[in-house]
Amino acid sequence: MLSILRSIWYTFLHAFHKRETQGYPEKLPYLPPRYRGRIILSRDSDGNERCVACNLCAAVCPVDCIALQAANDENGRRYPEFFRINFSRCIYCGFCEEACPTYAIQLIPDFEMGEYDRQNMVYEKEHLLISGEGKYHGYNFYNVAGVDMGVKGTGKGENEEAPVDLKNLIH
Amino acid sequence: MIKIQIDGTFYEVKGDRNLLETCLALGFDIPYFCNHPSLGSVGACRLCAVKKFADADDKKGRVVMSCMEAVTEGMRISVNDPAVKTFRAAVIEGLMTNHPHDCPICDEGGECHLQDMTVMTGHNYRKFVFKKRTYNNQNLGPFVQHEMNRCIQCYRCVRFYRDYAGGKDLNVFGSANHVYFGRHKDGILESEFSGNLVEVCPTGVFTDKPLKKHYARKWDMTNAPSVCMHCGLGCNIIVSERYGSVRRVMSRYNGSVNGYFICDRGRFGYEFINNPDRIKKIQFRPSKNNNLQEAREVSETGLSEIFKSGKVVGIGSPRASLESNFALSALVGKNNFFHGISGKEQKLIQKAVSILESGIAHSPSLKEIEKCDAVLILGEDVTNTAPMMALSLRQASRNKTLGIAAKLGIPKWNDNAVREMDQDTKSPFFIASSFSTKLDELADEIYNAAPGDIARFGYSIASAINSGAPVLIHPDEKLQNRVRKIADALSAAENPLIVTCITSGNEDILNASANIAIALSTAGKKPSIAIAFPECNSVGLSMLDGGSLDEAADTISKNGADTLIILENDLYGRLSLKNADSIFEKCRQIIVLDHLMNETAKRADILLPASTFADSVGTIVNNEGRAQRFYNVIQVAEPVKESWRWISDMVKISEKNNDYTWDKFDNVVASLVSSYPVFSGIKEKMVSADFRFFNEKIARQNKRFSGRTAMNANISVSEPKPPQDNDSPLNFSMEGYKGDPPSSLIPYYWSPGWNSSQSMTKYMDEPEGHLKEGGDPGIIIFSNKNKSSVDYFKNFPDPFKAKPGELLIVPVYMIFGSEELSSKGETIAERISEPFILFNEKEITKLQLIENEKSKFIINQVVITAIVKHDNKIPDGVAGLSVLTAGMQYTDLPDLGKVLST
Repeated sequence: MLSILRSIWYTFLHAFHKRETQGYPEKLPYLPPRYRGRIILSRDSDGNERCVACNLCAAVCPVDCIALQAANDENGRRYPEFFRINFSRCIYCGFCEEACPTYAIQLIPDFEMGEYDRQNMVYEKEHLLISGEGKYHGYNFYNVAGVDMGVKGTGKGENEEAPVDLKNLIH
Repeated sequence: MIKIQIDGTFYEVKGDRNLLETCLALGFDIPYFCNHPSLGSVGACRLCAVKKFADADDKKGRVVMSCMEAVTEGMRISVNDPAVKTFRAAVIEGLMTNHPHDCPICDEGGECHLQDMTVMTGHNYRKFVFKKRTYNNQNLGPFVQHEMNRCIQCYRCVRFYRDYAGGKDLNVFGSANHVYFGRHKDGILESEFSGNLVEVCPTGVFTDKPLKKHYARKWDMTNAPSVCMHCGLGCNIIVSERYGSVRRVMSRYNGSVNGYFICDRGRFGYEFINNPDRIKKIQFRPSKNNNLQEAREVSETGLSEIFKSGKVVGIGSPRASLESNFALSALVGKNNFFHGISGKEQKLIQKAVSILESGIAHSPSLKEIEKCDAVLILGEDVTNTAPMMALSLRQASRNKTLGIAAKLGIPKWNDNAVREMDQDTKSPFFIASSFSTKLDELADEIYNAAPGDIARFGYSIASAINSGAPVLIHPDEKLQNRVRKIADALSAAENPLIVTCITSGNEDILNASANIAIALSTAGKKPSIAIAFPECNSVGLSMLDGGSLDEAADTISKNGADTLIILENDLYGRLSLKNADSIFEKCRQIIVLDHLMNETAKRADILLPASTFADSVGTIVNNEGRAQRFYNVIQVAEPVKESWRWISDMVKISEKNNDYTWDKFDNVVASLVSSYPVFSGIKEKMVSADFRFFNEKIARQNKRFSGRTAMNANISVSEPKPPQDNDSPLNFSMEGYKGDPPSSLIPYYWSPGWNSSQSMTKYMDEPEGHLKEGGDPGIIIFSNKNKSSVDYFKNFPDPFKAKPGELLIVPVYMIFGSEELSSKGETIAERISEPFILFNEKEITKLQLIENEKSKFIINQVVITAIVKHDNKIPDGVAGLSVLTAGMQYTDLPDLGKVLST
C-alpha cells in the first residue's frame, strides 16, 4: 500500500521536471556538423565533381550499398558515370567518408529520409551531388595527384618539378 | 637436392633457381620488383635483400640481393633479420620519393605490386620533403596507356619487350635519376606482345587502355578461367566481368602452354562480346515463313513440322565448342553433319592431325617448343597466325647461348650475364617462307620461294638427312649447300623442331615436314612437329565425323534440304560468294546460331542468339591435342542460350531421339564421350559441375566484391537471388572455397598480402613451374600410334615457274584482322590495316604498279582492290595478299591471279 502511494508521489513530481519531449518536426533538433546522416557527393572549389570513381567507398562499405562505374571525360579526368547508394541498406557508419581520398563523399547532419516506398531510398548521382564543397574546403585532388587530366599540366602540381627533358644530359 | 638454412630451419631445395625464387617457392614473403621467373633477374631494384652468413659461426652476416644469389649447399641466410627488414623499408621509401599521389585514379590500384610491397615492408609515412620528379607521357597506341611518373625503374618492361619478346621500339632513355622508359617518340607499340607490359609492370606505368574505357577494380570483377578463342594455341586466360559486360582478359598461368604471357589478339580480342551488333533476340524472317511468328510457341510448332517431315542438314564450326558441334551432329545425324570448313582446309587439317597422331614426331606444347635446340619453319608466319608460338620460338633460339652459359657456370636466371656473354650466338634457326616474316631476324638461313618450292626444299632436307628418304637434289649447287647445312644442323640437334603450316594451303609442305620428321627419327633423334591450326577448335572438330563445306554444297544441290542449321559460322568467310549463295538458295529454311551479325546471319530465316565463350561452358582442343575447358563468366541471359542448349531444344521439339536432350552441360559431355570414345579423358579427368572442393563450389568473386546491394537497386531494391550455375563447379558470388582451387578452376589470382597478378607464384610448385592442385590444366587426347605405320611421302610437286602475266597469290595472315571474332572488337579494329598486296620491287616496276596506291587484281573471278606494297623477299611471279575477314571478299588462296588492267 505504502509503495503504491510512493510511486504515485514520484510520478506526480515528474510533472515539475524539465521536459525531455522534443517539439519535432515543428522544432528541429540541433545536430553537430559531424553527425553521420544522409550521404552527399561534393564538388571542389572549381565546381567540378570531386569524386574520381576510385571505388574505395564501395569497397569499404560493410553492407555493399554503394555501386558506381568509372568513366573518363575528354581530358581523361575520371568521374563516376553513375553513382548509386541504396539507403535502405545503408547503416550510416561513415566508413565511406573515411575511405574517400578526395573528400567527395560526406555524411551530413540530415536524417529525414522516411519513405513509404523502399524503392525511393535508392539515390542516384543526381540526388547525391550538391553544388558546394561540404565540410572540407579548398581541397582539389588533381592538384596533388601526379597525372595530367585537364586540371593542371604535368609537373605543374603542388610539390612537383618540371618534366624531365630527355634530350638534356645535364642534371 | 641442396640443403639450405633459412632463419634457423633447414630446407631441401633443387637449387637451379636463384635464392629469391627458391625462398618464394618455400612460401617466404620476400618483397621484390625486378625479378620475374621468365625474365630472370638483374638486381635493379635492390629490394629483395636478405642476410647471408658465411658459416655457422658468423653472427654478423652481410646483406645480399637474393635475386642475384645462387643457392649453394649449406647456405645459411636470414629473411627476417631486423637489419634486412629496415633495409627493405628504406629501399621502398627511396622508390616512393618520386611516386605520385595517384592510387585513387590509377588503374593498377588494388592489384599493384608496388602497393603490396610497400605494405609488406611497412613503409607508410613520407619523410622526403622535396619535389617529385615528373615526366611527359607518350601515346603508345590503342592498347597500352603510359604514365611514366609512376615508374620505379625495375627495367622489367624493356627486359620483356626487347629481350624476351624481341620488340625494337621500346627502350630506356636518359641516365641517373632521369631514366625514362618509352619509345623514341609517340606511336603505336609494334610488338604483338605489348599488352603483357600491363602485367609485367609492377606499378601503373603501363596499364590496359581498353579497360580504362570501362574501368572496374580487380576486387569488383567476377572472373572465370577460360581459354583464348582467337587462334589454335589455346592459351589460358582469365575473363573478368562487371555489371554484365566483359571488362578485360588477363593471362592465366599454364606451365605447359602459355606460361605468364598472352598475345595482344588474345588480350584485347574479347571486345566483340560487347559489340552492339551482338544478336540478342530471336529473329524471324516473316515474309518467307508466314507460319512463323515471333511467339515462341508458334515457332516450336513450325520447327516440329520441319523436323518431322524434312531433311535437315547441319554445318558446324571450328570456332564453336566440341559439345556444340557434337550436339548439332547428334541432331541432324552424322551423314548430314558437315564441318563448316572448305574441303581443302579439312583435308589439310586431317592430314596434319594424322601426322601428329602417327607418332613420327612429338606434338610439342609451347613450353616444349621453348626447349627445342634447332628450329625449321616451313611456310608459316607464326608471328601472325599463332603469335605465342613465335614467342616460344624466340626463347628456343636462345638455347645455344644458355648451353654455353651453363658450361661457363652462369645460371639461366642471371639474365644480364647471360646476355653479355651471348652477343650474337643463336640456336640453329631456319625459315622457308614466301615472304618476309618477323622471325627472319633470328634465322641463319632464309629460303624465300613459292609454297610448292618450299615443299621441295623440305623434301630435299629430308633426303639430305637420311638417304632412305625419297631423293630430291636441287640442281642449284648453292641451294643444295644450304639444304645440307640445314640437314646437318637438324641432325646435330637433340630435339629438333619443325614448324609447318596449314594456312599456306599447301599439302606438300605438310608431307615434306613429315618426311623430315621420319628422317630425323630414323636417325635416332626426337623430332617435334608444331602446327599452327587456323582456329581455336580446328583440331577438335576434325576428330568428329563429318564432311566439308564443299560436300555440304554437293549434298544440298543434289538432294536439296528443307532446313539448314548453321552453327556459329560465317559461310561467306569460307566460300566464294557464288558458292555460298547457291547453298542458301537451295534450302527452304535456314536456321543460324551465332553471336554477331554477319552475312550468313543476314540470310537466316530463324536467327537464334548463341552465347559466346564468356557466357557458356565448353571444351576446345588446341594445336598440341590438348583439350581444355572454358567456363562462363556471365550468366547467360534469356533469350540468349548456349548453342548446345538451343540444339537440345530442337531435339526435344523434333521428338526424334530423346537420348540427345540435355538439360545440363555434363549430359552433353556424357553423350559426346559415348559416341566418340577418343574424348573419354574429357569426362574422366575434367571436373564436372557436381565437383565440390572441400564440399564447396569455387567463388568467381573476390571476398572484397562491392556493390552487391546497390548494383541492381535501380531496377528493383529487393536483391535478386544470385544466379545458379548448374553447368560448372563455379559460383556466381563470393561464397565458395577460400583457399587455392584446383588448377583448372582458378578464377583469379590472390593471396594474402599479394593482390597483384604476382600472386600467381603462390599457385605454383615453384616460380615458372607447374600449378599445384592438379598440375597444368588440359588433357592430351592425341593417341600415339605405332611409328612404323607411316611411310615417306613421295609425290614431289613441280618447281614453280612464273608465267608472264600471271601471278601466284599467296595468303598473308595478319595478327589483327585475319581472325573473325577479334576483328569485331573496337580496339583491335583500330589496328587492322587496309587490304594490301605485296610484291618485290622489280615486280612492281615490271607490272607498272605504283607503290602505296590502290590497284585492282582479279583472282578466280573475284576482283580485289588492295594497296600495293613492297617486300623484296617475295620471289618473282608471286604476290602476297592480306587475309582480312572484313572489307575484303573471300577468295581461296593460294591461287593464280593477275593485275586487272584499267
